[in-house]
Amino acid sequence: MAESTSLRRAMAWPGQYRMLVMMWIRSSLAYPASFALTLVSTMLITGTDFVAVVLMFSHIESFGGFSLGEMGLLYGTASMTLGLADLATGSIERIGQRIRTGELDVWLIRPVPAFIQAVADNFALRRLGRPFQAGLVLVIALGHIELDWTVAKGIVLVVSMLTGSIIFGAIFVLGAAFQFISIDSAELANSFTYGGQQLTQYPLSIFGKDIVRAVTFIVPLAFVNYYPVLFVLGKPAPLGLPSWIGLLAPAVAVAMIALASVAWRGGLRRYRSTGS
Amino acid sequence: MSVIQLENVSRAFTVTSRTGLRRTKREVRAVDNLSFTVGRGEVVGYIGPNGAGKSTTIKMLTGILVPSGGSIRVAGVDPSRNRMKLAKRIGVVFGQRTTLWWDLPLKDSFAVLQKMYGVSRARHAENLATFVELLDLGDLLDVPVRQLSLGQRMRGDIAAALLHDPEIVYLDEPTIGLDIISKARLREFLAQVNKDRQTTIILTTHDLDDIEALCSRVMVIDHGHKVYDGTLTGLRSSQSAPRTLVVDLAASLPPITIDGATVTKVDGPRQYLTFPTTTSAAPLVAQIAATYPLQDLTIAEPTIESVIARIYANPAPVTD
Ligand SMILES: Nc1ncnc2c1ncn2[C@@H]1O[C@H](COP(=O)(O)OP(=O)(O)OP(=O)(O)O)[C@@H](O)[C@H]1O
Ligand SMILES: [Mg+2]
Repeated sequence: MAESTSLRRAMAWPGQYRMLVMMWIRSSLAYPASFALTLVSTMLITGTDFVAVVLMFSHIESFGGFSLGEMGLLYGTASMTLGLADLATGSIERIGQRIRTGELDVWLIRPVPAFIQAVADNFALRRLGRPFQAGLVLVIALGHIELDWTVAKGIVLVVSMLTGSIIFGAIFVLGAAFQFISIDSAELANSFTYGGQQLTQYPLSIFGKDIVRAVTFIVPLAFVNYYPVLFVLGKPAPLGLPSWIGLLAPAVAVAMIALASVAWRGGLRRYRSTGS
Repeated sequence: MSVIQLENVSRAFTVTSRTGLRRTKREVRAVDNLSFTVGRGEVVGYIGPNGAGKSTTIKMLTGILVPSGGSIRVAGVDPSRNRMKLAKRIGVVFGQRTTLWWDLPLKDSFAVLQKMYGVSRARHAENLATFVELLDLGDLLDVPVRQLSLGQRMRGDIAAALLHDPEIVYLDEPTIGLDIISKARLREFLAQVNKDRQTTIILTTHDLDDIEALCSRVMVIDHGHKVYDGTLTGLRSSQSAPRTLVVDLAASLPPITIDGATVTKVDGPRQYLTFPTTTSAAPLVAQIAATYPLQDLTIAEPTIESVIARIYANPAPVTD
């Protein structure tokens, strides 16, 4: 019985999330011009990293065994997954401020999970800029890659966007959960997500074996896009790992969700508010 | 039937203080072995000096804070384990911070709450109409919360806390910063809600008029301990605070000397004498009338402020 009520409660989450998100969108659309402007500027700013990659290829033919088109695929998937994770859960990094000021109290008296309120808080449509930009790069890149497409490869690519976003999102949540322990850990969390995103844009093997081990076994960023892309492109995996390792991405995503949810709950129970 | 039960509840905080370069850790027991029960429909005034542990208690009752020891049941559940389930049944007002959305007009905040709490449209409209009238919110509905004055915002917050028909309402300093008229209106409103809906109310305040106007029961807490629990009248007599005899004589005279009372102040022909609650006033009056040109006389009961001040000054934990 307890199972079914918690299931029923969980079923309400998407609706609650949508309701809060719509509320924030409505209040931000009060200024449509500034919305459009920030959307375009986000696209341009996030696109500059890829411009750097393209410029690099005017001097070289391949980078870590990847052609320009293949780099585009790697970059596009990295940027897309980060963008989607940021769109859906990015607001949670601001939890530190609420913990410090005790404003989290307000979320905790409501019948909606604090998590839903945290990820929907100040939801900003302009964060669509990065996924748009990533989508553009992906379309162009796929046009430049010569590959025997199979249904399996297509599915792996599409599913990896979802699982990659989940892995990034879980890292965001883990970073937020850490802020219940040390309020100053926001920077550390940022270095994992945004720094991690920098890594995922490149063929990870170029960083050396130790980094590859770290992003496989410790912070599983390699499963965000690198291993799935290797599988799709039919390239061998590093460290003598089997080439089907990319197919484990969904399992890694599930494990990350479990880890993040335990950490988040633990964080909430440690919350001490402020004197008032 | 009790809706709130606390048994030996404690909450400690580790506080790190920095003196120069040294950091020392210290444990503050904000709430220490606190037990009480509250029945349905009661209005309890929860008072105590700054730092007594009032807000901490309320945060544990709402499930915001997890107790470090003891057990809490609110409406039959453990608040910190069933926080969201409980949320629909309670309303909370923090005088110090708003639960509304800064950038949204008041009515949009209310609309979001209606959806969050799953209140039917009809019931929402009905409650809203009632609260708009009783709290005079009509002109404020279209104003973003950010632009409301403190008192206006507080009224909005109180309406927000009650829109989902909570069984229990916690108000942590709801009258802070309100003018006299707003305070009176708020008290009236809360009394009305309690009467109409049998809502259990727990209220912390530093304004004892709130307690006098609203609360059938007072709990006094100090250093995390309960030091008094009972009626306001009982609170007065529990502390044998001295009563005052105000005597108007026919002329300015040197201080009156009689047995059983001492002069504390002379103000021209008016003299103030204090005497213990245990002494009867009649023989004192007779004595004065016999020896002095007495014109008028009043007996002042100890003010509730002076009673409370005595408790805060030398708390004697009650056992019950
Ligand atoms: N988050 C916290 N971290 C550390 N100490 C805290 C925290 N919250 C409360 N305290 C301490 O616990 C004690 C009780 O605080 P609390 O806020 O409950 O007091 P209060 O009775 O509400 O006082 P006031 O009348 O000033 O509002 C104080 O000594 C305070 O310093
Ligand atoms: Mg307080």
